[in-house]
Amino acid sequence: MMGMTITVEILDSPSPETDLEKVFSYFDYVDKKFSPYKETSEISKINRGELQERDWSEDMKTVFTLSTETNQKTNGYFDITAPNGKIDPSGLVKGWAIYNAAQILQKIGRENFYIDAGGDIQSRGKNSRGEDWSVGIKNPFHPEEIVKVIYIKNNEGVATSGSYLRGQHIYNPKNKTKPITEVVSLTVIGPNIYEADRFATAAFAMEQNGINFIENLDGFEGYQIDKNGQATMTSGFKKYTSINV
Amino acid sequence: MKKFLLSFVFIIAFTFYAILSSSKQLGIYINNLPVGDPASKSAPTSDPQPDKTITPAPPTSNPKTTKKPPQPAPTPTPTPSPKPAPTPPPAPKGIYRDGSYTGTTADAYYGNVQVAATIQGGRLTDVQFLQYPSDRRTSIQINTQAMPYLITEAIQAQNAQVDIVSGATDTSNAFIESLGSALAQAKN
Repeated sequence: MMGMTITVEILDSPSPETDLEKVFSYFDYVDKKFSPYKETSEISKINRGELQERDWSEDMKTVFTLSTETNQKTNGYFDITAPNGKIDPSGLVKGWAIYNAAQILQKIGRENFYIDAGGDIQSRGKNSRGEDWSVGIKNPFHPEEIVKVIYIKNNEGVATSGSYLRGQHIYNPKNKTKPITEVVSLTVIGPNIYEADRFATAAFAMEQNGINFIENLDGFEGYQIDKNGQATMTSGFKKYTSINV
Repeated sequence: MKKFLLSFVFIIAFTFYAILSSSKQLGIYINNLPVGDPASKSAPTSDPQPDKTITPAPPTSNPKTTKKPPQPAPTPTPTPSPKPAPTPPPAPKGIYRDGSYTGTTADAYYGNVQVAATIQGGRLTDVQFLQYPSDRRTSIQINTQAMPYLITEAIQAQNAQVDIVSGATDTSNAFIESLGSALAQAKN
């Protein structure tokens, strides 16, 4: 979906192939509608001025409404307008889509699973050992290493924003020509992946102040890594680093 | 008589120390400024790290660990955190011209930050805050709530097996290092 690798693991499903089919077909739908890399996507048509707002799909309208709300909640730091003037809601769509896919599985009765799309994670229940799902935070300097392990207690979502290679840059909406350089990775734990992702995106654009923003957001914890390998975590983050509550 | 004088001097010195260190602690909780890099403190033996000093960074240390002797610089700041493994090499001596340089005003989300850097002997010896977010109720609230509670550490590779991995989709190997505008002016 939108150029990201997706991993799905569902435990104890009577029909895993069918389940996976449902999830991937949903992601395919999202990709076809929201990918700025696809000329035929609805978002690309909107950016070319080929689609009036009254003709937008329900999901497109929903995403725009959620984007506006997120923009307001983050004092403008979440902004779907790219520096070139094009609209790109990927920073919200990603978490929103994963969340919806998880809802699909939940509605058909799956209780223990996770969905990982591009490093953003929504899990539910417990892993195959009956323990909290464990999530490793990648070392932004050596991606084959993990620098922190967190344990999901209550179906929280985990999103990591970071420095990108492939064109999907996060910039500071207050200064669109300045690349984000001080902070290289920000992991946010939130009530679900939609919430974690949208605030991780906004907080990353705030650079070093991002972690302060997360600290003051009720129900969210964060782990920020700066360009020198110094990590800053919110006051309640530590409770996620042990497997027993 | 000598002993008496010596004790007296000791008592005075200690009193000064106690007053200064307790007012410094008070300063931390009342006067919450976003702090610069620890290397910006005037410790003669520490190497300045030019790429970090002028950036208006939020506090990276827990102020509860601050119990250091009084320093001439008026800005109350927490103790420097332990340095992580990937430390940039120290700047060579004399890379900056002596003097005082004013940085540009930067948006710190809840207000503006502007710093002035003092170079002495070619090294950064002090950073003064000319502006910091304090002129709005919200910003004061945010500063006093957020800053004492953040915890810092150097990242360390973990040996644990995990079920899932979270990270940015692609990580750039080349990080752009930018010097603060004040240090850019100070460069020889």
